[in-house]
Amino acid sequence: MFHIYCPHCCEYREEEEFHAAGQSHIARPLDPDACTDKEWGEYMYFRANPRGIHHELWVHAAGCRKFFNITRNTQTYEIKEVYKVGEKPSVVADEAK
Amino acid sequence: MTQDLSKQSNRLQEGGRIDRSKPLTFTYNGKQYKGFDGDTLASALLANGVDIIGRSFKYSRPRGIVAAGAEEPNAIMQIGSTEATQIPNVRATQQSLYAGLVASSTNGWPNVEMDLMGLVGKIGGKMMPPGFYYKTFMYPKSMWETYESYIRKAAGLGRAPKENDPDIYDKMNQHCDLLIVGAGPAGLMAALTAARSGARVIIADEQSEFGGSLLSSKEMLNGKPAAEWVKDVVQELSGFDDVLMLPNSQVNGYHDHNFLTIQQHCTDQFADRAPNGQIAQRLHRVRAKWVVLATGAHERPLVYGNNDVPGCMVANAVSTYINRYGVAPGKDLVLMTSNDNAYRAALDWHDAGRNVVAIVDSRKNPQGTFVDAARDRGISIIVGSGVIEAHGSKRVSGVSIAPLNDAGDAVVGPIIKMAADTVATSGGWSPVIHLSCHTGARPVWNDEILGFTPGATYQKQLTAGAINGAFSTAQALSEGVKVASDALSQLGLAKSDVALPETEVVEEGKAMALFHIPHTKPTSKAPKQFVDYQNDVTAAGIELACREGFESIEHVKRYTAMGFGTDQGKLGNINGMAIAAKMLNQTIPQTGTTIFRPNYTPVTFGAIAGRDCGELFDPERYTAMHAWHVEHGAKFEDVGQWKRAWYYPKGNETMQQALDRECLATRKSVGILDASTLGKIDIQGKDAREFLGRVYTNAWAKLPVGKCRYGLMCGEDGMVFDDGVTSCLAENHFLMTTTSGGAARVLSWLEIYHQTEWPELEVYFNSVTDHWSTMTISGPNSRKLLEKLTDYDVSKENMAFMDWKPMTVAGVPARVFRISFTGELSFEINVQANYGLHVWKALFEHGEEFNLTPYGTETMHILRAEKGFIIAGQDTDGSVHPFDLGMSWAVSMQKPFSFIGKRGMQREDCVRENRKQLVGLKTIDPKAVLPEGAQGVLDPKAPVPMPMVGHVTSSYWSANLNRSVAMGFVKGGLNKMGERVFYPLADGRVIEAEICSPVFLDPKGERQNV
Ligand SMILES: [Zn+2]
Repeated sequence: MFHIYCPHCCEYREEEEFHAAGQSHIARPLDPDACTDKEWGEYMYFRANPRGIHHELWVHAAGCRKFFNITRNTQTYEIKEVYKVGEKPSVVADEAK
Repeated sequence: MTQDLSKQSNRLQEGGRIDRSKPLTFTYNGKQYKGFDGDTLASALLANGVDIIGRSFKYSRPRGIVAAGAEEPNAIMQIGSTEATQIPNVRATQQSLYAGLVASSTNGWPNVEMDLMGLVGKIGGKMMPPGFYYKTFMYPKSMWETYESYIRKAAGLGRAPKENDPDIYDKMNQHCDLLIVGAGPAGLMAALTAARSGARVIIADEQSEFGGSLLSSKEMLNGKPAAEWVKDVVQELSGFDDVLMLPNSQVNGYHDHNFLTIQQHCTDQFADRAPNGQIAQRLHRVRAKWVVLATGAHERPLVYGNNDVPGCMVANAVSTYINRYGVAPGKDLVLMTSNDNAYRAALDWHDAGRNVVAIVDSRKNPQGTFVDAARDRGISIIVGSGVIEAHGSKRVSGVSIAPLNDAGDAVVGPIIKMAADTVATSGGWSPVIHLSCHTGARPVWNDEILGFTPGATYQKQLTAGAINGAFSTAQALSEGVKVASDALSQLGLAKSDVALPETEVVEEGKAMALFHIPHTKPTSKAPKQFVDYQNDVTAAGIELACREGFESIEHVKRYTAMGFGTDQGKLGNINGMAIAAKMLNQTIPQTGTTIFRPNYTPVTFGAIAGRDCGELFDPERYTAMHAWHVEHGAKFEDVGQWKRAWYYPKGNETMQQALDRECLATRKSVGILDASTLGKIDIQGKDAREFLGRVYTNAWAKLPVGKCRYGLMCGEDGMVFDDGVTSCLAENHFLMTTTSGGAARVLSWLEIYHQTEWPELEVYFNSVTDHWSTMTISGPNSRKLLEKLTDYDVSKENMAFMDWKPMTVAGVPARVFRISFTGELSFEINVQANYGLHVWKALFEHGEEFNLTPYGTETMHILRAEKGFIIAGQDTDGSVHPFDLGMSWAVSMQKPFSFIGKRGMQREDCVRENRKQLVGLKTIDPKAVLPEGAQGVLDPKAPVPMPMVGHVTSSYWSANLNRSVAMGFVKGGLNKMGERVFYPLADGRVIEAEICSPVFLDPKGERQNV
């Protein structure tokens, strides 16, 4: 069970207080009507499933209700960093550098 | 004081940590025995000369106690004096003895002593070669079902109580700087170092007393018996406020981010049932900044012929029973060893006044302190040899000893036979690495110690003592100090002084790598050489698996079932891997590693459930009027965590009779529904209106203050997921309602879009579901009823359909919404929640003359179905968009912002012809009520499998229409009005229906617009 630092409450809390909300940094296209079906399908359904560094959106559901990002190693379950929505991760996978 | 030890034939006159002044009577397999306070069930059984404690899984061979701790594979007991207090799968070696304890063998039916199972067992054995699950029972399946219950009964995997456990279990969350697992020399030293430095420490040990190996050794620390040093340390530790000491507590799971679970046996170590008010077991959920694993090591037995005959034990267990419990589990001992350390068992046996027949050492030239001590005592040492076979059936009667070659894999000389009743063996020690594996670390083979040690980890974990292969007490003590110091410096705490106790100097010679003792016959023909006692896996079985082509140890394990018992192969796995490695011509690390998963030992369901059972299993939500519903005989249904009134039967009414009455009364006069559970979200901010336009499919830009509007919410895929009415309370203030079950999801949906996509919008959301009590009065007389409770003008002229007005109702401030889910004239009265019951009762005081009738969710469903109103989640399933529902009127494609769902519902598949569309279904036989979920076909005579065109989503008997009403999906249904669809049912009937508008009643909406 993870021990997660909420960047809004500024405290470590138990995983039970949080919900995972999928991959981070999936921006909604600004002009959906200009998207092809394929582009819209990519936006809706296609997600990375890396072994290693992954950026995830979480929400402090039973706390401050704020969404924020976690950089997590999916293999070791280490949480490398947390950062607020709108911020960029400082830890990225090697192939993304 | 002399005690009557006549029945305890193996009890020593003195010694041990038992209290001979406190005799305890216990029952085992229906017979009464005596033991002493301080015994385990195992030591008491051995004291009484009980040799057979079970029969084996496949071969029904008699089995005895082999070990003295958690690694025990055979002595698996069913504990409990009453049906309700039954606990299965308790290891006798870990169960403290208490007065009145009732235990029975788990393995062995009908009787462990009499071999009634023998014949069957032998047949079973032949039928169960390695892989027997796959080879024998998988096909035909019916055979497996026949055998399974029989095998289970015979093998005895324990049984759950048939009555409710009367005891209370609970859970406790803990936080600490340092969690120390194991209170042997390493753990105690680490705890002392950390405690003196001011750290918050938890130290847990599975045994009833702290001390670990020191409790059963004759070592001296600081010139005094080691147990005295333990006593001093325990006393000092108990003086620290920030040290939590947990004996009888098994650290069973090591999870991510240093989260560990400890199962503490609070009262079940001394009572069948917890004394009044006490907790039987407690699960500690610990978040530790650092963890020290000081879990010690388990001794490995050697694998030889008939090594399962009662009387065959691991060497260290013999010492433990003698030194800690004052029990010598036999008279004539043969010790077989590959190392010096095990000599202690023979020394202890000799010093207890019993006869050591011989020490059989596989090495040619053993030398060391313990070897010298044995020679000094005149004990015969047979070098370069092994016990190739034990003799006897219900108890060892003797052994065959033979010289071995240097590699230890062939017999090279004549066999000698010796009489003995006990064979103790040691192939060295296996570090207890189980917890370190739980978080994914791969153990590493260490040739020096001939065992696996913990692999690299990502946890904040340190290891000390025998788990690292530091087997001597001196090493363990110093590693304890070292890891505590490392943790303290990581924690930023200054380390206080601790002095290491003085230990005796022990010289030990090099151990030999030996696992499997050869026989004069090939393994497949030799007497059975057991590797895993619990699953009856033999050396021959592992060799067979390798010959059949299994090369991965994981496959060998699964094929033979090695390590799959409740003991997880604590004793046998490494021997099994060594045998497989040899067969495959590999080293042990090449063959693979062995991984252990939580939990370390079986955990009771009680400890896992804790207090989260019965009425505390899941929270229940009640509305402010709940007590009234209960008082008036309502039946309830669960909607999420809500308890909603379902219907209100009167007298002997059936459910259908009650529903008919509620439906008729509402449409004829007035009914009332407790609608408080509907989700309510308060939305404020200057961009609230813009936000609504983006998350709803319809237009919100022009909704004036005082007006309500129905909206559909879709996902990005265009599929409907919730609906509800939102009202404009003020220019920048709205109240959104959601389905009762969807409230939390909708709030989260609004938040994620606001926080991640459109943070520039100034808008705020807050759940106000519990702040308001909501009661809907519905029916032609609802206005007249409301007028009795308010001075406000609620006429059609002043309060039109889809208006809301603030007013005073029954003397309290209210928001009243003229919205309708029944199609009748309706008023939804919202008052502050704590006024709810007051207003509800006031409505009934004035409602008598109108026959005000309470109705529940079922009547609500019928009334709305008569009107063709959908219920999100019942008439939608995440695969239908608003156009499929025939609700194009609720979609505004002209809005400037591309609202959520707009792009999705325009995808190729969403705009194709012949999608399933929601339509009304009018049965040709008006009395026939379609079952919900029934699949429609266009041609009931079509060959099976018939092409299906869609299913029934809502279907009810309508008393108002005196016929059935239904809605369902039909492919291309909106263009098939008037056509027929057929519903073949499981019972052979076929119900025929006409496709129609889903609005069965008042299509023009005249009833609600009055
Ligand atoms: Zn927070």
